[in-house]
Amino acid sequence: MKHDKIERNLGILAILTMLAISAGGMVEIVPLFFIKETVEKVEGVRPYTPLELRGRDIYIREGCYLCHSQMIRPFRDEALRYGHYSLAAESKYDHPFQWGSKRTGPDLARVGNKYSNEWQTQHLIAPRSLVPQSVMPNYPWLIKNALDYSDIQKRMLALRTTGVPYSNSQAEYERNVTEFGADVAKQLHIPDAEKNLIGQEQLNNYDGKADQVTEMDALVSYLQVLGTMVDFKKYADDEFVKYR
Amino acid sequence: MSQDNNTNTTNTTGHVWDNDLQELDNPLPRWWIWGFYITFVFTIVYWLFYPAWPIGDNYTKGVPGLNSITYTATQPNGEQVEKTTHWNMRSKFMVEMNELQEAQKKWFDKVAAMPFEDVQKDAELMQFVNSVGKTMFTDNCAPCHQQGAQGKIGFSPNLADDHWQYGGTYQNIEETIVAGRNGYMPPFKEVLQDEQITQLANYVLEMSGEPHDAEASKAGAALFRSETAACYYCHGENAQGKIQMGSANLTDKIWLWADIPGSKTDAAKLAEVKRVITGGLNRGVMPAWSGRLSPAQIKLLTVYVHDSLGGGK
Ligand code: HEC
Ligand code: HEC
Ligand code: HEC
Repeated sequence: MKHDKIERNLGILAILTMLAISAGGMVEIVPLFFIKETVEKVEGVRPYTPLELRGRDIYIREGCYLCHSQMIRPFRDEALRYGHYSLAAESKYDHPFQWGSKRTGPDLARVGNKYSNEWQTQHLIAPRSLVPQSVMPNYPWLIKNALDYSDIQKRMLALRTTGVPYSNSQAEYERNVTEFGADVAKQLHIPDAEKNLIGQEQLNNYDGKADQVTEMDALVSYLQVLGTMVDFKKYADDEFVKYR
Repeated sequence: MSQDNNTNTTNTTGHVWDNDLQELDNPLPRWWIWGFYITFVFTIVYWLFYPAWPIGDNYTKGVPGLNSITYTATQPNGEQVEKTTHWNMRSKFMVEMNELQEAQKKWFDKVAAMPFEDVQKDAELMQFVNSVGKTMFTDNCAPCHQQGAQGKIGFSPNLADDHWQYGGTYQNIEETIVAGRNGYMPPFKEVLQDEQITQLANYVLEMSGEPHDAEASKAGAALFRSETAACYYCHGENAQGKIQMGSANLTDKIWLWADIPGSKTDAAKLAEVKRVITGGLNRGVMPAWSGRLSPAQIKLLTVYVHDSLGGGK
């Protein structure tokens, strides 16, 4: 076809541009679905519990990803500050993943268990009360808002359609028991979602307010699990080299 | 002018707008075209050196031996193995870490081999402890204990003074950092009457030399050692605290949970102490660091807290 024709016909130009870009994209992305080693084989990674899942939704709602990445790259300086580099396997149940690209604040991929629940709560209410030079905004409403978990089952069902192994039948539950153990499998059972969510809050009372499940409870439970699922001490420090 | 262009130039697209605006149609400069071809050559060379083409469930890893990386890996049991792989980000990272360990090995080995007491006598070594310790403290500890380690009332203890709830020897401090701490005091709101709590609070204030009601304090002193309140069980007969459970020394002027220095009136001071006794304490958690820091790093940090921040015993 003559350039002339392509350049003068907006419709054809748009279609051909899209074709060219998708061909490029496909060539780069499609092989990753087939290459066996993209997602590392590693123990411990599990889907989020209902409470953590709602916390993740709040993380996204509040736009925390605009200032925080969750992706430790394999560089010396990052390993020294944040710990082991992130594995693809660690975000295999994240839809969408929260790798991010902007670091106004520190990376959060391994912030789980680094601080106490009390610190996380106080830091979200008023970051400057703990870190005077911080530029992070205050999120005082999180501890005032009751957590809305009326649609938690629907959220889990939606993720299940993308391949996250939440169970909705006895057979699926049994499969999760084999794969993750009974304790985790119980948390992943969709019909029990509300019960599990309240149970986890009552057990840990993340925000120190015993009488209510707040958005703070959910968000802190999510932050406290980040990067803690894999026990890297079980592996040689070059275990994950062979996947690249 | 436009007339001239029209007649002299053959390389136009033939479009004319507004009678005189034309679109030139010259070939791309030669240097540009060559630059373009060179990128093709570069790509092929790149394929030889780096992982590139997906094939089925695998991918090419460059010509074997052309661009390989050798690094030292550490097994979970501490054994070291030398390995060679094709170039990739993760093996390159291993080399970076090897180089760092190599550069710091001399110092870390020295710290690890020495008894705690000798480290601070070695001035050169202490320079290393100070610089590495400061970075580790800023990344991990300062968000709670604050940048100058002065702590924050109601939140975390001062690490720069010579008062230690859990003991200030090297061993005590190392144990604190490795396993974390979580002092627990039960809430007394259901066990004691409000009046009894007031009496106890007055006694606590008296022990620290704060304004108090002498009569109430006397009753409080008795209660403190009674089986009803049983404060003595954790805080000790002399109320000086026990380092095994981190129960506070109630006879000094150092406050961690009751904000006495920040209370302006006597009534406010009393209310603060009552708040602590009524509600109990359990949210002040010092996290465990054994999962995040290596034993060598923890030992170094222990020396940093004990000697560089000062106040160690
Ligand atoms: C304007 C940018 C910004 C936004 C938006 C933001 N943060 Fe931060 N955050 C920071 C900065 C800067 C720091 C470092 C200083 C500090 O600790 O406050 C930080 C620190 C943190 C830390 C401590 C990390 C560490 O390792 O010390 C956590 C956890 C955190 N933020 C969580 C959140 C969450 C959750 C949200 C969303 C509710 C959020 N942040 C939104 C800028 C931001
Ligand atoms: C989440 C906040 C937090 C972080 C982070 C933290 N600490 Fe603590 N630390 C505390 C609290 C709270 C206590 C008091 C615990 C108690 O009284 O039960 C404490 C107690 C201590 C003590 C004992 C003090 C005494 O009087 O005996 C030492 C030593 C200490 N921390 C060192 C460190 C070091 C070193 C780091 C960094 C690796 C660190 N802390 C990080 C909150 C924190
Ligand atoms: C089960 C043990 C236990 C018992 C019983 C107990 N305490 Fe405590 N108390 C502690 C511990 C541990 C701390 C320090 C908590 C921490 O640092 O995390 C503490 C802290 C305090 C503080 C805060 C000091 C400060 O620096 O702000 C006061 C005041 C206090 N106790 C008074 C009392 C009184 C009065 C009683 C009796 C009614 C009592 N305690 C009974 C364990 C106990």
